[in-house]
Amino acid sequence: MIQLTRRYQFSASHRLHSVDLSEAENERIFGKCNNPYGHGHNYEVEVTVKGEIDQATGCVVNLSDLDTLVVEQVVAPFDHRNLNEEIVEFRRLVPTTENLGVVIDRRLREAWPRVFPGAAPKLERVRILETPRNIFEI
Amino acid sequence: MLITKRIEFSASHVCRNPAFSGEENRRLYGPAANPYGHGHNYVLDVTLEGSPDPATGMVLDLKELKDILEREVMVPFDHRFLNHEVQPFDRVIPTVENIAVEIWRRLATALASPKARLHAVRLYETPDLYVEYFGERS
Repeated sequence: MIQLTRRYQFSASHRLHSVDLSEAENERIFGKCNNPYGHGHNYEVEVTVKGEIDQATGCVVNLSDLDTLVVEQVVAPFDHRNLNEEIVEFRRLVPTTENLGVVIDRRLREAWPRVFPGAAPKLERVRILETPRNIFEI
Repeated sequence: MLITKRIEFSASHVCRNPAFSGEENRRLYGPAANPYGHGHNYVLDVTLEGSPDPATGMVLDLKELKDILEREVMVPFDHRFLNHEVQPFDRVIPTVENIAVEIWRRLATALASPKARLHAVRLYETPDLYVEYFGERS
């Protein structure tokens, strides 16, 4: 078995704010991230695939198929968007990078069997870098 | 304890299977199927597992590791056209997956020592694409 990791980028804005909390609590918990105008990040998404190397191609995954899947499910819908306003999952859910990771992982897993039918290759891990210093692994 | 040493080498390669048509090779490998070849600055992270020697405080003398990496990887791979100059890539397609497995094979033999065991080979083909190989056991 071998693991292959591909890194993708998108830039988006968000505001960390929970409708279930008071204004004061929101400000206390989320601090600067609660700014009502929102703010943005250059997100990086690392997608790790695991499987055996195909003897004929020498590859564990067809990169063009992987790129198409990740672009279609994540990069195209999220890039240069306001996550709170434009991504259906964040209508109520606070777009922390933890929740963003869960949403991205779920989107990729749901679409995975359509692009990669059968057992392999497997989606092993999703890792999100909100900034170069804040990293979340699902 | 795990220790990792990083080296970089530059090499060219072509990814195409002579058993496939030109069209099929382009579909599988994209621009990497260009028969004239193209190159990358590969970054290799080699991770060893072992316990620090009570007398020296070292898992393995990093100078010794550097010399092994120089002999087994830098000399044969750096500034080479892999398909034409490095075995077994005259018959094995030098995808990043297969290069990582070949580097593992060479290092596992060279590093056979009671002090340290080869744990992982991570090979970056570009900053946005890498593979990790942990040997047959994974």
